[in-house]
Parts: sequence; structure tokens; C-alpha cells
Amino acid sequence: MDPVTFLTQFLMPALWQGLIVTLELVLLTAPFGLVLGIGIALGRQYGGPALSTACAGYVVFFKGCPLLLLLFMLYFGLPTVGITLPAFTASVLGFILCNAAYNSEYVRGAIKSIKDGQMTAAQALGMTKVQAIETIILPQALRRAIPGLSNEFIYLIKYSSLAYMITVVELSGAAKLVATKYFMFNEAFLAVGVVYLVLVTLTTYGVHLLEKRVAVPGLTGKSRA
Amino acid sequence: MDIISILIAWGPYLLGGIAVTLGLVLSALAIGFVLGLPIALIQVYGNRMLRAPAAVYVWFFRGLPILVLLFLFYFGIFPVMGLDFPPFVVGAVVLGLRGAAYQSQIFRGAIQSIAEGQMTAALSLGMTRWMAIRTIILPQALRISLPGWSNEYPEILTDSAVCYAIGVMELLTRTSQIVSQTYVTLPVYMACAGIFILLNYAGMQVILRAEEKFAIPGFGIQSG
Repeated sequence: MDPVTFLTQFLMPALWQGLIVTLELVLLTAPFGLVLGIGIALGRQYGGPALSTACAGYVVFFKGCPLLLLLFMLYFGLPTVGITLPAFTASVLGFILCNAAYNSEYVRGAIKSIKDGQMTAAQALGMTKVQAIETIILPQALRRAIPGLSNEFIYLIKYSSLAYMITVVELSGAAKLVATKYFMFNEAFLAVGVVYLVLVTLTTYGVHLLEKRVAVPGLTGKSRA
Repeated sequence: MDIISILIAWGPYLLGGIAVTLGLVLSALAIGFVLGLPIALIQVYGNRMLRAPAAVYVWFFRGLPILVLLFLFYFGIFPVMGLDFPPFVVGAVVLGLRGAAYQSQIFRGAIQSIAEGQMTAALSLGMTRWMAIRTIILPQALRISLPGWSNEYPEILTDSAVCYAIGVMELLTRTSQIVSQTYVTLPVYMACAGIFILLNYAGMQVILRAEEKFAIPGFGIQSG
């Protein structure tokens, strides 16, 4: 079979299906991963000793445990204790848990970069701690965390490919199946590589736009607090 | 069978897996360093003819998932080139090639953080460009890049588990085999996670020691 026929007749339709699954995985994971990540960062920074230790433990575990192993635990391990998740759900759950651990580190770093004096000043003005976090600390910290968070989002696009290892046929899986069937490995994997490059490059560009859009004049990314 | 007796019975097998995993990680770090540093130098000091391919290299290897890279090289590129590498070599090389792309950006940032005046001063003292890079820029830049570089270790460690997909007999592959032999699932996976976390911790301790050892008093790398 010539590469062009292969590409247009067999590979493209399969990759299209796979792309939809990849986007579903990524778009379902990202918001939950962000919210959970912010929660963990706040728990670690402002929680009592028990909560902050628990949050720190969460980060150590989910950053240290390879994502593929985590997916195996959720997909093959949980059924042994009576919880059976469909492969897609297990993937999204695994991605959220992992994504949140990394996100929390960026958010925590950003929170720590905001001077303590701001919290003191807010409380001196009669704000509660929660109010101060919500209206003063987080709006600044999240803006500062954008570069890190968006990096993590790009990582998420890439590691969503691991879902294939627990039978979710997303982009990489689609390429692998077609490649194996027609014995066209280089063509299939280079094509899927191009799709990932396009996704990653577009996302990088989109993130720059977002960063500009939410930028507050005078509050630059890195400088003083 | 309970988890303790499983771990005792399969202990040597798991230890072998740890050795393979560490072998993957260390070779990947080494390959990444050996290739990453020249790429960084090319990106900073090279002419346009050299810079463009270096940029494409970095863009390619940073843009593709490790799973796709492994499949591409294991099933596609290496066989087409007539290279019949065992899975371990493919895993180490692919992790290394990708690591080089990431490491090059760490080194590039560090090199660029050194004031340009130092190069000018070195040249005006009669040094060649290469001499200045070797004796003035790099000794500082490499120290500056250590904290960033230390993030490479945990990343490659956790990514090495993906080599399971091409059948490298590393920790996760062996864990999966133990699971299918013993029908004990979650505890065995948890033990494997524990081992990965310990390896992560131990490696980071080594890197912290290295950072202390290479630190020059007054030259602030701890701030980086």
C-alpha cells in the first residue's frame, strides 16, 4: 500500500476518532485538576498541621508514583476491592489526581511569592483570612502560576496518551492499532506526532494570549510583591 | 498470599527491576547531558545554520508524548535503520534523546543568565571564544543549572515506567508480572509505588549533596 492511500484512507479517520477521545480526556481532567490543585495548595499553605501534612503527603505520593502505575491501580487494582471503573473514567480520575499534585506545587509557589505583609494588612483592615485569600492572595497568585499551570496542561495533553495502556483508544492508541494492522509504523507514529505537535504548539500560543488577557498592568509575572 | 511473603518471595526479582529502572534513568540522564549541553551551546552561540536544527530537535522531542516516541523508535525508526536494539537500549536512548531536549533548555537558560560582559571581557583578554565558554561561562552556568537540572531526575524516573509499553523488564513490568502470577493486585502496586517514591527521595538526597559540594561560597546558586 502506498503511504498516501494509507494516510488518507485508514490513518486519518482513525486519528480523528482518537483526537476526539484525547480532547475529551484532557478537557475533562483540566478543570478538576486545577480546582483540586488549588485546594491542596491552600490546604498545605494555610491548613492546620494535620491538613497540611495530609496535603504534603498527597503531593509526595502522586508526584512520586509513575502515572502509568497509578492508572494500573485504578483500572486493575480497584476492582479487587469492589470498585470497578470503566477505562475512560479510570484514566480521567488518574489524570486528575496526578495533574492536581503538580498544579498544587505551582500554586503554592505562587502563594509563597506573595509577601506575608499583604495578609497582615488585609487582616488589620478587618478581613477574615478566607476573605483575604479569596480577594487578595489568590487573584495575584493565580496570575503568577499561569506559566507553570499551562506547562502542566501541555504535559497533560502528552501524558493523556498513557490511557491507551489501559485500553482507552485515544490518539496514540489509534495510531498504534492502525500501525500494527497495516504494518506502517513510521508513517503512523510520525503522523500522530505531528498531531501532538500541532496540539502542543496551538496550546502554547493560546496560553500566551490568556496570559496577556488576564495581565494586570504593573503586576508583572515575576518581580516584587 | 499476604503482601509480606510476596515481597520476600519476589524480592530478588523486584531488586532486579530496581536495577533496570535505575539503569534506564542513569543512562538517560547521561545521554541527555552529553547531547543537551552542545544543543544549548549551539542555541546560544551557534550560527543560524546550526540553531535552526537544534530548535527543531527541541520542539520535536518536547512536543511528543514519551509513549509515542518509544513506539516510533522501537517499531519504526530503529528497525528501518536496521538497528535491532533490545527494548532496554531503546528505552534508555529514547528517554535520553528526549531528556537532551529538556536539559538543553535548562542549560540555555543558565548560560543566558550570565552577563554578556563576561564574554566580552574574556575576548578582550585574548581568550578564544571556546576557551571563554569552557573556563568562564560553563563553570558558572553548570552550577546555576543544578537546581533546574535536579528536576530531571524525578521526571525521568517516573517516565521510565512507560518503558513497560515496549517490554523493558523494569520495575513496573516486573510488578505487573507479579500481579498476574499471584492475583494480589492493589498491595503489590502500592509496594511498587513505595519503591518509586523511595528511589525518588534517595536520588534527590544525592542531588542535594552534589549541589552543596559544588557550591562556591559567595556565588549564589542556592537562590536559583
